[in-house]
Amino acid sequence: MDDGFLQQFLSLFDEFDVLAAFWVNIQLTFYAAIIALVLGTVLAVMRISPVPSLRWAGATYVTLLRNTPLTIIMVFCVLGLWGQLGLTLSPDFQTNFFRLAVLGLSIYHAAFVCEALRSGVNTVPVGQAEAARAIGLSFWPAARLIILPQAFRGSVAPLGNVLIALTKNSTVAAAASVAEASGLMKTMIEFRPDVILAIFLTFALGFVLIVVPIGLATTSLSRRLAVSR
Amino acid sequence: MSTLFDVPGPVARRRMVWVNIAATVAVAGIGVWVLTRLGAKGQLDAALWKPFLTANPWVNYLLPGLVETLKAAGISIVTSAVYGFVFGLGRLSSSKIVRTVSGGVVEFFRAVPVLLMMIFFYLGLGQMRLIEPSDVPLVAVVLGLTFYNGSVFAELIRSGVHGLPKGQREAALAVGLRDVQSLRLIEVPQAVIAMLPAIASQLVVILKDTALGVIITYPELLDAARRYGAGNGNILQSLVVAALIFIVINYGLTRLAEALAGRVGRRTAGEARAEAPTLVTAIGKD
Repeated sequence: MDDGFLQQFLSLFDEFDVLAAFWVNIQLTFYAAIIALVLGTVLAVMRISPVPSLRWAGATYVTLLRNTPLTIIMVFCVLGLWGQLGLTLSPDFQTNFFRLAVLGLSIYHAAFVCEALRSGVNTVPVGQAEAARAIGLSFWPAARLIILPQAFRGSVAPLGNVLIALTKNSTVAAAASVAEASGLMKTMIEFRPDVILAIFLTFALGFVLIVVPIGLATTSLSRRLAVSR
Repeated sequence: MSTLFDVPGPVARRRMVWVNIAATVAVAGIGVWVLTRLGAKGQLDAALWKPFLTANPWVNYLLPGLVETLKAAGISIVTSAVYGFVFGLGRLSSSKIVRTVSGGVVEFFRAVPVLLMMIFFYLGLGQMRLIEPSDVPLVAVVLGLTFYNGSVFAELIRSGVHGLPKGQREAALAVGLRDVQSLRLIEVPQAVIAMLPAIASQLVVILKDTALGVIITYPELLDAARRYGAGNGNILQSLVVAALIFIVINYGLTRLAEALAGRVGRRTAGEARAEAPTLVTAIGKD
């Protein structure tokens, strides 16, 4: 790699704002993570409740959303919700697409958040609940003091996996016409096809730098919080 | 009995009936509200849905699209399996260099979004002119899916082998097998059987991710549904039908994974699970 090549490659960064594109992905991930966590928690409560109709509704939501490609959901948000039903989330054109993409990412990943939380509840042995009842705790004290704290600890690792998937899936917002990293990479390669590999590695490394710390953080957190049995 | 709830007594059962009725009304209410909104926008008109009962959209759009989707998924499954075996065995190799290199490759491709890889291969293959231009989208979809899902398969094989009881390997070495022979004859076959349910779950991921091909002009099911819907003014209905096709196939694969988890347990010393094991824990570990 000679000096000229490196300089030419670096000059690309003056022309294209790579960091701004990644910032869009981080924002998409941030907002979608919060909404998906709230919606997923509601779904998880529905799925573990003793009420049959709520269990059924939660299970149906998860089955439908988990088995649909995210790309279809994104295209549906733009062409269906906005194009056909006139759902407008912001008067500004760009912001509207951004919010529709957040909506698509949220409803899709909520199904996975629900399953992550549920698997956390499943890590708690039945003996814990039996012991709680044996010492005289009724439903709410048992859930609040014994079961849910252990369940949340058990779901840290799967929730981390969902967050990593969500970060990577924020690129699919390109299907909802949001200007983010994968779209900018395409533009840059089309502008400078001679340095395609360097451009790809730059963007790939960007995602590695975002995803690996999340993985390391959630792994160490889940190890530290793990209930030893 | 579940962890959270005791077996309900008579008072709890009566209360549950009322809560159940209230919840049913609420869920049905949301459904009715959505349908009336759709109806008010004219999206429930029979004219928009009826075409899907005729042959035209199926013969000319949806079925050819589904064939392309299944083709991309099928090829990707085979290539991912090969890739997964190579790098899975690489991560279990006794040579530290091979282990580190395989580990780096697998971790890298698991962290990069599939769409990024697809766009890279699409534009890269396009300018290299090594293959027919009409084949470029398919090859780009397959390569993107292979690098990601192959890396996941490699991790599944590795964690499957690590999940076997130590005695399996010790017994193999005790009867005089070499390291590689023990892996090939004793450990990996049992690991693959234990991981079959997780592998079946991963097939759902492969099938769903073929839909990313629409962004790089691969004429798969979503693209076909979009083209038909745009041409006939029923894009919303067309996307719903495409989503339902995906849901039916993926639901079948999920049930297969669950059935496998129940059946393969006897044929391996490892633990068979329908859910893919948590893979983030693998980062930074040998």
